[in-house]
Amino acid sequence: MSIRTVVLDQVKLVAEHQQKSLLPLVDSLPLLDSGLDSLCIAIIVANLEEELGFDPFGSGNTVIIPQTLGEFIGLYENGAA
Amino acid sequence: MALPNSRRALLDVALAAGAGVGQTISDPVHRVALADLTHSTNVAVPLESLRGRSVLLLTGPQLPTVLALLALDGIARRVLLGLPDLKEADLPQVIADSDADFVMRDDGLRSTLEADPAALHARDVDTEWILFTSGTTGAPKMVSHTLLSLTGPLDDGLAVGAGPVWSTFYDIRRYGGLQILLRALLGGGSMVLSSAAESVGDFLTRAGKNGVTHISGTPSHWRRALMSQAASRMAPRYVRLSGEISDQAILDNLKAAFPQSDVAHAFASTEAGVGFDVRDGLAGFPASYIGMPGAKAELKVEDGTLRIRSVRTASRYLGGSARALGDRAGFVDTGDMVERRGDRYYFLGRREGVINVGGQKVYPEEVEAVLNRHPAVRMSRVWARKSPITGAVVAADIVLSEPAAEFAQVRESLLQSCRAALSAHKVPVTLRAVTSLLVASSGKLSRRDG
Repeated sequence: MSIRTVVLDQVKLVAEHQQKSLLPLVDSLPLLDSGLDSLCIAIIVANLEEELGFDPFGSGNTVIIPQTLGEFIGLYENGAA
Repeated sequence: MALPNSRRALLDVALAAGAGVGQTISDPVHRVALADLTHSTNVAVPLESLRGRSVLLLTGPQLPTVLALLALDGIARRVLLGLPDLKEADLPQVIADSDADFVMRDDGLRSTLEADPAALHARDVDTEWILFTSGTTGAPKMVSHTLLSLTGPLDDGLAVGAGPVWSTFYDIRRYGGLQILLRALLGGGSMVLSSAAESVGDFLTRAGKNGVTHISGTPSHWRRALMSQAASRMAPRYVRLSGEISDQAILDNLKAAFPQSDVAHAFASTEAGVGFDVRDGLAGFPASYIGMPGAKAELKVEDGTLRIRSVRTASRYLGGSARALGDRAGFVDTGDMVERRGDRYYFLGRREGVINVGGQKVYPEEVEAVLNRHPAVRMSRVWARKSPITGAVVAADIVLSEPAAEFAQVRESLLQSCRAALSAHKVPVTLRAVTSLLVASSGKLSRRDG
C-alpha cells in the first residue's frame, strides 16, 4: 500500500469516527476546510506514527506546517523516502 | 472507641480501650501483645533519655516503628515517622527542618521486646507526630499532626463489632495506614501490618489466616488484590478505600468479591485529614456534604477544588521555606477537582494531572473510570501523549482482566464505550495492552509518563 493510500485511509477512518463529513479529498483541499478539526488531525498524526513508525513533525527538523491535504501527504512521503 | 483528650498518650489510651486483652500487632515475622508494652520495649536506649527530644524513626519494616511510636508518644517532644524510601541525600534537610536530635534505625531497635527497667513512665508530653508526604519532585514535605488531630476522624459512628482485626495495604507511616492502626489500637482491636517484602497473594493469605475483619487500601491496591486468587481467602466485614478516586467499577467489584462486607470509600489527605467517608456504595459523595452546618470537617468547593477545614487537619508544614498549609480562614486546598452532577459531587482528578488537548482539559481519572467499567479491564492508566498538533492527546495503558483476551477486539469495544461516554478530545487516541501497571509505594498508581 502506498504512503498516500495509508494517509488517505486514516483521514477517512478518523473522520468517520469523529462523525465529520469530508469534502472530496483532492491535493489542493485546504486542511482546515476539509471538515477535519485540529483534534482529528492530531489523531491522524498519532495513528500514522503507529502505522508507519515515524512522525514527520517530531523528527527534530523544522517542519513547515502543511496547509493543504497534498502538503500533508507530502510530509509523510518525504519522511518515508 | 476510646478517644484521647490531650495529654493522654497512645499506649495509655489503647490499653484503656481494650484493656490490652488479646490485642496484638503482627507482621509476617513477629506478633507482639499490646499489654507487653507496659513493661517491655524494643527501644535499645533508656526511654527517659529521649524525654523531650525529637526522634526520627527510620526503619525498614513497619513493626519496629509502631512499637517505638507506642513507647515514645507522651515522652518525646516530636516523633517523625520516616518512610523507608527517604533518600539519604534528603536526610540533612529533614534533620535540620525537624530539629531531630535522635535518629533511630533498625540497628538502634531490638527485634524483640526486652524488659524496660524503668517500666512506669509518665507519658505526659503532648508529642507532635510528623508524617512525610512524597511530593512529585524535591525533598519530601513534613506535615505536623498530634494524636488529637489524627484521631479526630475516628469518631465517625462506624459500628465495628467485637474483636475487630484491622489491616491495611498501606504502610502505616502514611496517613491512610496510620488511620487504620489508630482505629485498631483505640478500638480494642488487633492490627495486621502489611510488608513491602511480601507478595499481594501472601499478604491476602496472611490476612485471611489472621481473621482480618476490617481492611483498607487504595483503589489501585484493591485492583491488584482482586487479580489474586488469594482474595477469596479473606472474608472481611468492612472494606475501605481511600487515597485515590473510587470509581463505580471498583466499588461494585469489591462488593461482588466480598458480598458479606460493607464497602466504604473515604476522602482524606495527609494535610487535610479525613474529610468524610461514603457508605452507600456509590462513587462520588452527596452534594449535601458541602457546607453542611455542624459537620466535623467543613467542606467547600472553590475554583473547582475541594477545600476542607477541621480539627483533623494538620497544623503546619515543618521547615523554614515551607508554604502555609491552609488559607486565612483555615481551609486546606486538597487539589482534587470535583464536579456536581445532580445531587452528587464526583471527583474529576488532581488539578496538576490535567492533560491539555488543544486547550481542552482532560482529567486522566475520568477516562480511567470509563475504561475500568469495561468488563475486560482490570485497571488502566491514562497519560498525555505529545502531539505536534494539539500539544497532547490522550493515551491509555490497559491491564486486561483475562490476559489471554484478544486485544484487537477489546480495543474496538473500549473505544466504542469511550466515544459513547466521553467528549471527543477525551477518547484515548492510543490504547496499549500492558501486563501490569506500576503502583507507587504510596499505594497510588504511578503517573510518571512512560
